Amino acid sequence: MAKTNTAIVKKKNTGKILKSKWQLLAMFAVPLLWYVIFCYVPMYGIQLAFRDYNPRLGILGSPSVGLKWFRQFFSSYYWKDIIWNTFSISLYSIVIGFPIPIILAIIINELPGHKFKKVLQNITYIPHFISIVVLCGMLYLFLSPQYGIINTFLGMFGIEPIGFLESSRYFKGVYVLSEVWQESGWSSIIYIAALAGIDPSLYEAAKIDGAGRFKRIIHVSLPGITPTIVTLLILKIGQIMSIGFEKAYLLQNDLNLKSSEIISTLVYKQGILQGNLGYATAVGLMNSCLNLLLIIAANRFCKKFFDTSLW
Amino acid sequence: MWKKKSRGDKTFDIILIIISVLIMIVIAYPLYFVIIASFSQPEAVLGGRLRFLPVGFNVESYKMVLSERKVWVGYRNTLLYTVLGTCINLVLTTLAAYALSRKDMPWRTPLTFVISFTMLFGGGMIPVYLVVKNLGLTDTIWAMVIPNAIATYNLLVMKNYFQSSIPDELQEAAAIDGCNHFQTLAKVVLPLSTPIIAVILLFYAVGHWNAFFNAVLYLRNQELFPLQIILRDILLQNSLEAVGGDLTGMYEKVMRGETMKYALIIVASAPVIAMYPFVQKYFVKGIMVGAIKG
Repeated sequence: MAKTNTAIVKKKNTGKILKSKWQLLAMFAVPLLWYVIFCYVPMYGIQLAFRDYNPRLGILGSPSVGLKWFRQFFSSYYWKDIIWNTFSISLYSIVIGFPIPIILAIIINELPGHKFKKVLQNITYIPHFISIVVLCGMLYLFLSPQYGIINTFLGMFGIEPIGFLESSRYFKGVYVLSEVWQESGWSSIIYIAALAGIDPSLYEAAKIDGAGRFKRIIHVSLPGITPTIVTLLILKIGQIMSIGFEKAYLLQNDLNLKSSEIISTLVYKQGILQGNLGYATAVGLMNSCLNLLLIIAANRFCKKFFDTSLW
Repeated sequence: MWKKKSRGDKTFDIILIIISVLIMIVIAYPLYFVIIASFSQPEAVLGGRLRFLPVGFNVESYKMVLSERKVWVGYRNTLLYTVLGTCINLVLTTLAAYALSRKDMPWRTPLTFVISFTMLFGGGMIPVYLVVKNLGLTDTIWAMVIPNAIATYNLLVMKNYFQSSIPDELQEAAAIDGCNHFQTLAKVVLPLSTPIIAVILLFYAVGHWNAFFNAVLYLRNQELFPLQIILRDILLQNSLEAVGGDLTGMYEKVMRGETMKYALIIVASAPVIAMYPFVQKYFVKGIMVGAIKG
């Protein structure tokens, strides 16, 4: 008896909500529909990773194959290279690329002269707006062993031309350093804003205590932006296994493939070009799960040790 | 100011300025080089004689870019995708952000979670590809604007802005004056949100202008190719219609084909760079709001 009563009350409530709030719900309806179709239906499609997909039978009709695709991946000759490439490119870009925007922000913050600051900021932001295709085009032009300006420059010191993109040795360096060039300025914005939020009286107090400029940076500026640094680091770690498809794909060629093949380029080649949809989905799924685990772990860790977290 | 500073401070400033100038050179010189190379003689560029000023100033490279039919087709397509795509983005993002920013939104917390969760986990490339394909969007312009109709990050940034920068009292006053939600959004919330709209508009528009991945994934019909695919073909795969033909002009054309790449980079990036000064002053504000936890 009581159960039916609450059910009726609940129903009434839902009806009431719909009646009074229909406008808000209507506004949200199309975006929600989009999320369902383009985010949640694909999540449902993940079961392809456990099936032998046949377009005629559909996802549910295709025969289940258990862990076949996962076994196939781990028995391939390339799996270690691919995981290592994906992981190491991210790792290098964190180790080299993460501190640079922080240093840049501190430099900009300390610079005398308002105009000069603005000019420096605006110049460093520009590369962010260049497309990946243009960036890769520039890399091919500048790094060309015959005419590239980099090799012309190295030639002035008597260094033989280097085929940076034609060997697997330099690929990761090129990838990471070009990313540093493109994104450091843009990434520094958030730190600049955080630095601007530090209470000026803290600097004054440190000054009275006899702290020089460098000491003030270490003891006032850095602690002031630590929460921002930690938050961004968690986000970075959560993306460690999801480095962009576009750049690796565009810089890739047969000569550097050993260090340029990453998970997303493999998924594209296997799934879209060769039609091994089940296999590609399985590899992609491992990647997404790894990402999820990493971000949860990073969040836990930072909550415990820095008292800062995403959620 | 300068005179009052101690010697240590002055040295510190000078070191900072030197580092800053070096940073500026490292960032700006490659871009500057592209500009001067696009106006130079191919022999000078390929011979490594280009330093600070164009050698043999001319606009032949630009003429060659503009004589490529592919470039025009790509430009037209990209313009269409950018305008259409950005409009769809802004409408959907604003509607969703407004609804979620309201305290009286039913099921607000679970719905916010449903949206935020997609930032942490997704189906991945292949399942999304199948959805787009099964909806019949492949090889249509919709493949370029619908699958990325909402960027969750932008949506949350906008929601945070609505919540933190627009006083509840204003929205309540509008409701008392008889505004419904659509009117409140259009007449109260949006006029007060110029900075965030400018930044989000820039993010979305630049995203569409530079979009490459969706075209690789969903488009086979060459007439639909956006500029970035054409750029890839010319910059990275050296496929030029203009190169070829009679043997006598061949050498000249191949040489010109190299400087033409620099001109193409300029032509393709100019619209984005041109938007930049107008939106630049809103950057810090737009990005900071996104940093507030939602």
